[in-house]
Amino acid sequence: MTAISLEQVGKVYQSGEVSTVALEQVTLSIPMGELSMLVGPSGCGKTTLISIATGILTPTSGTVTTLGQSLASMTDTQRVLFRRQHIGFIFQQFNLLSTLTAAENAAMPLVAAGMPLAKAVIKANALLARLGLADHCHKLPKQLSGGQQQRVAIARSLVHDPALIVCDEPTASLDGKTGREVMDILRSVANHPQRAVLIVTHDNRVYSFADRIYDMADGKMVGEYTHETYLHKES
Amino acid sequence: MGKASAYDSKRVETGSGAFPHHLVRPRGYPYSANMWSIALKMLLGDKPKYFGLVFGVTFASLLMGQQVSVFISLMTRTAGLIFDLTEADIWVMDRRVRYIDEPEPIRDIELPVVRSVEGVEWAVPFYKGVATVRQPDGLSQVVILVGIDPVSLVGLANDTLQGDARVLLQPQTAMIDKNGYKFMWPGQDFVLGRELEVNDQRLVINAICNAAPTLTTYPTLYVSYTTITQLFPQTRNRLPFVVVKVAPGHRIDDVVRRIEQETGLQALPRIEFAWRSINYFATRTGIPINFGITVFLGVIIGAAITAQTFYLFVVENTKQFAAMKAFGVTNGQLFRLVMLQATFVGVVGYSLGMGLTALFIRSVGNVPAFRGLTLHWQVVAGAAVMITLIIAIAVSVSLIKVFRADPAMVFKG
Repeated sequence: MTAISLEQVGKVYQSGEVSTVALEQVTLSIPMGELSMLVGPSGCGKTTLISIATGILTPTSGTVTTLGQSLASMTDTQRVLFRRQHIGFIFQQFNLLSTLTAAENAAMPLVAAGMPLAKAVIKANALLARLGLADHCHKLPKQLSGGQQQRVAIARSLVHDPALIVCDEPTASLDGKTGREVMDILRSVANHPQRAVLIVTHDNRVYSFADRIYDMADGKMVGEYTHETYLHKES
Repeated sequence: MGKASAYDSKRVETGSGAFPHHLVRPRGYPYSANMWSIALKMLLGDKPKYFGLVFGVTFASLLMGQQVSVFISLMTRTAGLIFDLTEADIWVMDRRVRYIDEPEPIRDIELPVVRSVEGVEWAVPFYKGVATVRQPDGLSQVVILVGIDPVSLVGLANDTLQGDARVLLQPQTAMIDKNGYKFMWPGQDFVLGRELEVNDQRLVINAICNAAPTLTTYPTLYVSYTTITQLFPQTRNRLPFVVVKVAPGHRIDDVVRRIEQETGLQALPRIEFAWRSINYFATRTGIPINFGITVFLGVIIGAAITAQTFYLFVVENTKQFAAMKAFGVTNGQLFRLVMLQATFVGVVGYSLGMGLTALFIRSVGNVPAFRGLTLHWQVVAGAAVMITLIIAIAVSVSLIKVFRADPAMVFKG
């Protein structure tokens, strides 16, 4: 079973008469049970790729299969519901709601799915405790450090037990030590046969956590490596 | 399969990771209802903006409720004497009369003619005019002089506070309204027997009553119609109005038509005359425009504060809304979330605004200038409609931002 399968996927942004090719004939297969990284320079199409893979954007050409489901066959609402149930997101800027506590933020996907807030918070508390934030569940984001906020975001991405976790530069706003702690957690999350973690990153300090690294340039997939072969290539 | 690592020792288990899943929401939970508590936490957690929003709505509600109530009160005062004279069904007057403060004298002979019309149970003279009285200390004061039928006392204010209404049966005796007394002798106790001079004639105040407020703050003096003829003997035609009671079994409209046919005068049902007086002031004076401008500005400022603050509130949360969309919150859920926040703000602000309006009306109840001020249900309902419109505008502007929030934007750092 693959987590994400892209076949000849292309994406062209049209702005008036100007066309911008963001993705060109990208073919990619990300397996379950692994931590994969998508790397490449800014503007190479990494964000577009994960947006397409999660159904946020639709491709101009090609086919996308995520967790065994063809996203093209779904309506917009079905894609939203699909994301709600099967995909967890971690963002560079955390994007926590400033007026909600850590536990309430972490519980958001469950609440969005209709679970009573109190019940969802109990589940989120348990998860936050496993992530070392047992004493911080009732704190607001502004009362937490960057690393703690990112752990809350990780809890939010995991609380509904998704099969695919998509992370966008999860360590970019963190110092080296905290970034490594966050990667430790994501590494652990990926160690599950029915789960995949896909990380978009520029941060070469974290490449060693990857099972597989996909290298992109100018909207194209230019290589697939293990972290050892990638570092060898870089050197 | 992932590689074994040192991190396995603290592997994060979140559940079974069961796969594949169904594209349905979890069973047993009401769809999106629980977003409500999130919506309120988002709203109430940002206190400066929450208070700003509530202030905007409260301000608009208060201005609308208070100013419209004062306006209605003023307009009602223009017909206060007509509303007070509940015994009469019809007012008869010269055809040129447009409102109660513009009396044109009719011939005294018209009174028996009106009395002779079929369907008239009784008809009595009613005088309303303005006169200047002189106090013993030489000070002059303009007063409203009301002359009533000396036999029936029809037209006299019902609520006598001191003295006896029957004193008006005596010549050159007057009854003064409570606020007029306070206006003429501020800070002094009610004392009967005070003397005034009208047109070189003596007038003794022997009763004090509680009368409906009039548009001006001039004191109202009630005297008998006989006294009027004594105060102004040189004027041949003094009778401005005849008030009529319709006999049982007759329709007011029929009697009105008959009076007009047989006298050539203008006859109006009481309420119609009251509204004609109110409409005159409403359409021919600057009062409604001034109040209208105040209310309009209140609505505009309230709407601007509310819409702008709400819009800023939404704009600042745009990335969060986008993130919520990314992890599966639908536009419908966000719509309901924003609607709930707006409704909450609207209800709280409107309630505070109306509460403050009621408090204002209650607190000025004893101030003569505000006598008769009432918070009518129509004002409450009208303000509710306007606040709903303001909230709808604020929500509409903000929802566009929410709906356009692109979930992909959260990947852009």
